[in-house]
Amino acid sequence: MSIAAPMRAGARDLAHVAGAFGLGVVLLSAFLAIAGFHVAPALSALWHGAFGSWDNFTSAALVRATPLVILGLAFTLGSKAGTLNIGMEGQFAAGAIGTTWAGLHLGGVPPVLAVAVALAGGLIAGAAWVALPVILRMKLGVSEVITTLLLNFVGVAAVSYAVTGPLQEPSRIYPQSALIAPAARLPHLAAGSRLHLGFIFAIIIAGLLSLLLKQTAWGFRIRSVGAGPRAALIIGRMPVATIAATALLWSGALAGFGGAVEVTGVSYALYQNLSPGYGFTAIAVALLGRLQPTFVLVAGVLFGALEAGAAAMQRDAGIPAVAVQVVEAVVIITVLLTARRRA
Amino acid sequence: MLHEISKSFGATVALSRVSLSVVAGQVHALLGENGAGKSTLMHVAYGMLRPDAGTVTVSAAGGIATTTHGFPSPRAARAAGIGMVHQHFTSIPALTVCENIALTAGWTETGRAAERRAESVVGRLGLPLRVSDYVESLSVQLRQRLEIVKALAANARILLLDEPTAVLAPREVDELLNFVREFALGGGAVVLITHKLDEVFRVADRVTVMRRGEVTLRDVIAEQTPQSLSRAMIGADLPPPIRLEARTGDVLVRASGLRLHRRGVAADRAGIEGADFSVRAGEVVGVAAIEGNGQRELLRAIASVDDIAITTGSLDVAGPVGFIPEDRTTEGLIPQFTLAENLLLGTIARSTRWLAWPALRARTGELLRAHDVRASGPDAAAATLSGGNQQKFVFARALAGKPRVIVAEDPTRGLDLRATQVIHERLRDAARQGAAVIVHSSDLDEVLALADRVLVVARGQVRELPRDTPRDVVGDTMLALESVA
Repeated sequence: MSIAAPMRAGARDLAHVAGAFGLGVVLLSAFLAIAGFHVAPALSALWHGAFGSWDNFTSAALVRATPLVILGLAFTLGSKAGTLNIGMEGQFAAGAIGTTWAGLHLGGVPPVLAVAVALAGGLIAGAAWVALPVILRMKLGVSEVITTLLLNFVGVAAVSYAVTGPLQEPSRIYPQSALIAPAARLPHLAAGSRLHLGFIFAIIIAGLLSLLLKQTAWGFRIRSVGAGPRAALIIGRMPVATIAATALLWSGALAGFGGAVEVTGVSYALYQNLSPGYGFTAIAVALLGRLQPTFVLVAGVLFGALEAGAAAMQRDAGIPAVAVQVVEAVVIITVLLTARRRA
Repeated sequence: MLHEISKSFGATVALSRVSLSVVAGQVHALLGENGAGKSTLMHVAYGMLRPDAGTVTVSAAGGIATTTHGFPSPRAARAAGIGMVHQHFTSIPALTVCENIALTAGWTETGRAAERRAESVVGRLGLPLRVSDYVESLSVQLRQRLEIVKALAANARILLLDEPTAVLAPREVDELLNFVREFALGGGAVVLITHKLDEVFRVADRVTVMRRGEVTLRDVIAEQTPQSLSRAMIGADLPPPIRLEARTGDVLVRASGLRLHRRGVAADRAGIEGADFSVRAGEVVGVAAIEGNGQRELLRAIASVDDIAITTGSLDVAGPVGFIPEDRTTEGLIPQFTLAENLLLGTIARSTRWLAWPALRARTGELLRAHDVRASGPDAAAATLSGGNQQKFVFARALAGKPRVIVAEDPTRGLDLRATQVIHERLRDAARQGAAVIVHSSDLDEVLALADRVLVVARGQVRELPRDTPRDVVGDTMLALESVA
């Protein structure tokens, strides 16, 4: 694995993604004009909401980017071993439930320990949520694409059940949980900012994953199994099925961790619509980042900025936030199309 | 027929003003090393590739069809009377013989009507194919016959055969060449691509030799000798193979009363039902067999790779085994990985935790130099190497583990003459240095040329033949014909 070659390819990829974003914005403008909105104030709101001020960038864009990056890395890890974890939305939900449950029982525990336990709760819940697909894949050869996808719906339903049943707040009026113990909440990175420690976690995980994949035997085995399962079996004498299963399990755990970070860093409670589809958007983030951890980090921040800008566009210019989904879709399609043509 | 065809892929010139004319009633042999442009030329003739320049002309009873830029599609080529048999099988195993024919020929009939039509085509060609059989149940030979039927189903008068004999036993090759002869006698024209010079002399009327996208020789076959053709192919005479008397040592591989099969497959489908043999240090043992007779399972059991279960008997293998799998690009290498990564793939230990890339790269570089692997360096993706260099690398990696036993499956498949020679030399060297070498090849001549002893695997039975057994007797044993019993 040369260091220089991927860097050059990386610069090209980044230019590529930037171009795709540019095209996406042009198409969004056309779309807004056709739909009868004023283009200039809309784009201004979009830009301002994402990058208009340091606070907007950190409190809105980076906060939204955090779960996208973590989930994007979760997808990356699974994909490197040749598995497709389409079930991150469900694992995210499971992680959020696990963390909330833990967080509600952590009153009086010292802060660092409380945070660790709460986050571990999400990690374990995410792993548990993907355990069934892992077992079905290993024992019966059932494709994880189907099982993880279907468990998304179960996961979302489980949140609905939790917030109207066992984890509902004490007054039993709102479909949400009580707030988790203050000791289990992630600290903010600066006073007055909403950006929390979770974003640092996302950066650390990206760096760690990059290191694991490139510099350790563990990561090499995962990449081998994904890139050449027959060669990994015959020449590498690797237990291919076990390695793929391990990667999928960690992918699920990491997605659960994403849910844990969202609860401990942003919401402090379990809600029905905790995730506006992070588990699906993150797949696009991972693909846009070419399944390379550091690029996934960048792609996640870009998508977080887009989503923050979209919220501002809706708030300040009265444009439906779905319009921004058009931009996201155009960006993905443009990148994929041009990548195909280059190859 | 083909006039001044040129074709480039990016900066690579595959064909440079190549002309080839084939006359009705004649068999035209097309020779050349791998990458000489033979297949590319045939793909142009068959409408699979559009040439950058040049014309394809077909004269038929109804007039002359000239295309300035080649046929736009294989369909158009078939309509002009051209049929092609590809190097690899193109039938769909899950469909019947009849359905495969109908699919290629573009028939609109289905069911019984299609079967009657298919029967008449098969009958006209005099081939022993049952049209209602599923292709997956056919032997390799019959599958190939089906390829020919498909090529001729649309009344083709020009037949392009791309290395049709590579997978056949000698007797089957004879039958195929007879068929080719008869097709030509009946007024058809044949282009035969092959690596085997003896086939050229047995069946061809004319020969064209290509080298690096250009024609280096064009003549009637009677004027040529194997030496002259070989010179035209590679630009120099091949050195004669060196046979040294084997000095053998300890027994390193011993099978007794061995029965084994692939896990998860019915025991009678792919396995060995009786093997007693031993292989000593310092000898090259050739394994002759036609695809699917159990030799693959036997070799993999010796190398202890893949999912092979021993039912009864014993198989003792002393020391580490270097394994060279048949399929370089899916089992031997990960094409998109770098060479350093591919070296690691074959040498990684269970206990390894952290990877030392600088050391690995340095080791890869040494390996490339020591084994004369042409690559831009340890960071080159395996996919960027030529087939011969990929195989040299796979071989170098196997030797890096200091194996006492080397098992090679069809190690020169798809390699050109020069690369084949290098691999042969490496195998002999390994034996000379004290390894027990077990090598299988789908090419019987290669087995006979390399091996000190020959094991024949046929229908799961392993039989050792005495040294200097005539070639056709070995061939008959491969087909498990009773005459040898």
